[in-house]
Amino acid sequence: MAILVDEKTRLLVQGITGREGMFHTQQAVAYGTKVVAGVTPGKGGSKIDGIPVFNTVREAKDATGANASVIFVPPPFAADAIMEAADAGLALVVAITEGIPTLDMVSVIQFLAGTQTRLIGPNCPGIISPGKCKIGIMPGSIHRPGNVGVISRSGTLTYEAVGQLTALGIGQSTCIGIGGDPIIGTDFVDALKLMNEDEETHGIVVIGEIGGTGEEQAAEYIKAQVKKPVVGFIAGRTAPPGRRMGHAGAIISGGKGTAADKIAAFQAAGIKVAESPALIGETMALSLGAKAAS
Amino acid sequence: MKIHEYQAKQILARFGVATPKGEVAYTPEEAREIATRLGGPVSVVKAQIHAGGRGKAGGVKLARGAEEVERLAGEILGKKLVTVQTGPEGRIVRRLLIEEGLEIAREFYLGLVIDRAAAEPVFMASSEGGVEIEVVAARHPEKILKEFINPAVGLQPFQARKLAFGLGLDPLLIKEAAQFFSSLYRAFRATDASLVEINPFVLTKDGRLLALDAKMNFDDNALFRHKDIRELRDLDEEDPLEVKASNYNLNYVRLDGEVGCMVNGAGLAMATMDIIQYAGGQPANFLDVGGGANEEQVRRGFEIILGDPHVRAVLINIFGGIMRCDIVANGVVAAAKSLGIKVPIVVRLEGTNVDLGQKILRESGLSFTVANGMKDAAEKAVAAAKQ
Repeated sequence: MAILVDEKTRLLVQGITGREGMFHTQQAVAYGTKVVAGVTPGKGGSKIDGIPVFNTVREAKDATGANASVIFVPPPFAADAIMEAADAGLALVVAITEGIPTLDMVSVIQFLAGTQTRLIGPNCPGIISPGKCKIGIMPGSIHRPGNVGVISRSGTLTYEAVGQLTALGIGQSTCIGIGGDPIIGTDFVDALKLMNEDEETHGIVVIGEIGGTGEEQAAEYIKAQVKKPVVGFIAGRTAPPGRRMGHAGAIISGGKGTAADKIAAFQAAGIKVAESPALIGETMALSLGAKAAS
Repeated sequence: MKIHEYQAKQILARFGVATPKGEVAYTPEEAREIATRLGGPVSVVKAQIHAGGRGKAGGVKLARGAEEVERLAGEILGKKLVTVQTGPEGRIVRRLLIEEGLEIAREFYLGLVIDRAAAEPVFMASSEGGVEIEVVAARHPEKILKEFINPAVGLQPFQARKLAFGLGLDPLLIKEAAQFFSSLYRAFRATDASLVEINPFVLTKDGRLLALDAKMNFDDNALFRHKDIRELRDLDEEDPLEVKASNYNLNYVRLDGEVGCMVNGAGLAMATMDIIQYAGGQPANFLDVGGGANEEQVRRGFEIILGDPHVRAVLINIFGGIMRCDIVANGVVAAAKSLGIKVPIVVRLEGTNVDLGQKILRESGLSFTVANGMKDAAEKAVAAAKQ
């Protein structure tokens, strides 16, 4: 079944005529994702590799039946692009853009509250249900279809974990990058709920990092509601306090948001924490093996 | 982005936030002139650095008269100030804020941040002013008042009044305090601040409400739309290698260790720092070359890492999605050739075009150590740094 994206997903690309938009549209099509439209204001009527481009999201949706959008729009305009997609009634919006001002995202979250739209990101690699649909910038080739869900704040660290799982013969149901920003559309708990209810997801890998309280909230939810094996990894044990470590959301503020606190919360919730990033796949293999044996 | 106290006060004053009279001085003579202009029996000489704890470290001094101001200014300017927040290496003081002295009756704490979980700005206030707010939060969380702000309407007057009454201010002061808080929020919103902290917010003996200290941090992601704030940047307060990196749009944070690392992706970069420690070494830096880094970026990143004399080995960990391994390999080879390799370089590549990338490294004629997987890479890099 997978979560959120599958063979029925019809994707439109906002910012399709930009460099990133064009490159990743080609990659998505090559993977088998159904890309039905692109949107760049002013470029309506043109085509990119046979894909029709429209001036507005609403036109694109009405013409093609698109039900999801991926956003490759630069930071000054990305919040507006998200809101346009939500206003047009798209069920899923995946915002790849890194660098959106935090106060813009505060406005976006409030705007989305009145809509049917689920936002993933921003500042995320996207979401993939291997073999079915790929929305975003992740390399499709390292994934394989299977039954472990992956939820992560990171991009390449997610690929690392996925690569390990694949190498061990453990396929993935859906991998969702929730993004590295402090204000995001879908948090750990939102994603965990979906994976908990997904019959095709038998185990879950949760990859967190310093900053915020998302992992702690995830731990509480997992302890209360999730019976499937969960493996966690928290990046940033060696991060100094008060510094933004790349991601806008990766900052230890006022002593809060440390890796140590998150690891403790995970362990208290019964989540197996991989001590090293090289052991994420192995830890899940052991958990699944233990589950199968029990 | 951080700014100095005097700059924060200038910005806040533009929004109608009451601040003490004062000006910045770069020399003892300027300090004296300012003190003369300010008049009054007492002036305060305040070191301006991007770190707190200045008072306890001797960076804030009271002076009576312009001559004493000049003398104290001469003692502080050009000297290293070591506070609990600067680390043992301290910071050289190059600017001073010369301010009118005030007689304080009460001190409060005010803070404005964006609450991530609520996705809303939150205005915090406490009657425990002048103290580290984390200490209050840990010991007496009930003493911190909070008002969550609906971004569509802003800080409502009733919320500002709630806070003012909650601080135990005299009823005659409530209106002025509420206006102070509203102005603070307007400043926060208009400048895309990530933090506005007034600690302490004071009531003087003659009944004035003022920001005795002011700290403003700004959302780096929003600086593109605030040219005036960008111009307030003080490069003297930043690590020179970090300044160089930011000029190249590279995310770099300098640390203390001996194993430098260059990685694509912030999460993977943090995990690489962590696995270096797991393998018995210490990371020298955080460096994210990002997803679209070209050969030039990779070369610059290399230059910056090697600009740190503590670095005894470099670990390059690239998982190529958008970032193609052959681009990385070309960049690493070009950098190594133009800079001359002085330290061992361990390279771990994975992902798009990995075979081509490894081929380029092997055929470069340079002696890179190629690793398989992060564990192998970390162990090799830590071992190489020990030689």
